[in-house]
Amino acid sequence: MHHEAVDRVADETVCRDDGMFAALTPAELAAIGVSLKVSGTATLFTLPLAFGLAFLLARRDFRGKAIVDALVNLPLVLPPVVTGYLLLLAFGRHGPFGQALASIGVSVLFRWTGAAIAAGIMALPLMVSPMRLALDGMDRRLEAAAATLGATPARVFTSMTVPLVLPGIIAGGVLGFAKALGEFGATAIFVSAIPGETETLPLAINAFLQVPGREPAALRLAIISIAIAFAALVAAQWWQRRAIAHRA
Amino acid sequence: MSIQVDLRLRQGDFARTIRFQSDVRVTALVGPSGCGKTTTLHAIAGLVRPESGRICLGGQCLFDAAARIDVPVAARRLGLVFQDGRLFPHLRVGANLGYAGRADAGDIADMAARLGITPLLDRWPRHLSGGEARRVALGRALLSRPAALLLDEPLAHLDAARAGDLLALIADISDVPMLYVTHDLREAEQLGATIIALTSVEV
Repeated sequence: MHHEAVDRVADETVCRDDGMFAALTPAELAAIGVSLKVSGTATLFTLPLAFGLAFLLARRDFRGKAIVDALVNLPLVLPPVVTGYLLLLAFGRHGPFGQALASIGVSVLFRWTGAAIAAGIMALPLMVSPMRLALDGMDRRLEAAAATLGATPARVFTSMTVPLVLPGIIAGGVLGFAKALGEFGATAIFVSAIPGETETLPLAINAFLQVPGREPAALRLAIISIAIAFAALVAAQWWQRRAIAHRA
Repeated sequence: MSIQVDLRLRQGDFARTIRFQSDVRVTALVGPSGCGKTTTLHAIAGLVRPESGRICLGGQCLFDAAARIDVPVAARRLGLVFQDGRLFPHLRVGANLGYAGRADAGDIADMAARLGITPLLDRWPRHLSGGEARRVALGRALLSRPAALLLDEPLAHLDAARAGDLLALIADISDVPMLYVTHDLREAEQLGATIIALTSVEV
């Protein structure tokens, strides 16, 4: 699978590569598109889950909390290859999630959705951490004050808790997006590198680096990676500044 | 309005019993620091759960341990003015005033005029002085249309002039019953309040 992908990327671009500054080839555009789609989806879907987990870990005491905490952080310490292999087992034809999805006619194997799952799992601990810190650090007495003014628990949550920890949510979102953008090991093992489907920027860069003479293409994609990450950081900083405008 | 309070509060290692009742519009709870005034006020508002006892206000029981009554904070409709103001830092003054959602823009403007905070409506709470923040907190509580106003040392840490101004504003409030907590007997006297000396019974 992997070598096939490398050959295809190389074939598509071999006749048009005029060096560093040539227009983007369809293969490069495909890798950018896959990366944005995978990272964006992973961030969007993991964000609420991460906030729920952060809220649970910061605010509630329950049996097995230490285990939940450890599980959330596991992808941070496991070799990504191991996470990818575990995902393959879980979502494979005989895995529990694989069978459940198969019953509704869905498979994420070798699909971009699988890449998004891998990216989301890898990003989860990085998202939870700043959100949890923000929840721990917020002044809960403000929630009590809101309640005395007649606010229901749901309104307290949306009008106090969320806006007051928004900087933490943004930080978690950016870290998670950055992690998803850079994810390599788990994705490669779980969904392989299929151009136009699961081949994200890092996988494409890796593929180009495997082929003699394709280094300029790898460098171009590397620069694009940097540009996307940089744009995400700048956007997050702008949003972050807005979120804490009241502190200025 | 009648207030009946008979509480047993536990704070850490020691418990105290607080018992009083009043039938007048302005009641002052007076006592030295650390005698449980703030805790009592928070218990009435529902922020602190008493170990036992009952709290009744104007014929409605808000808390009765024996009858298992514990009205949720949001449903008690008590305007608690916190000692530290507790303005919402992420909302401008105007939004703080209207937070309870029971006042329209006209009400907010009227209240701001009454409290002399009209020029502050677009400011962030961070940029208010101590006296200004207290006024906003008072206005916010009043605009929640409370059944009673609970004031926790509203003049604490204000200089004499600011404190005098604020006390005059509080004295002008005539449409809502008040429970006023202070360590300073003179404030209570200036409000013409019925004074309840809180000498907690420690158990």
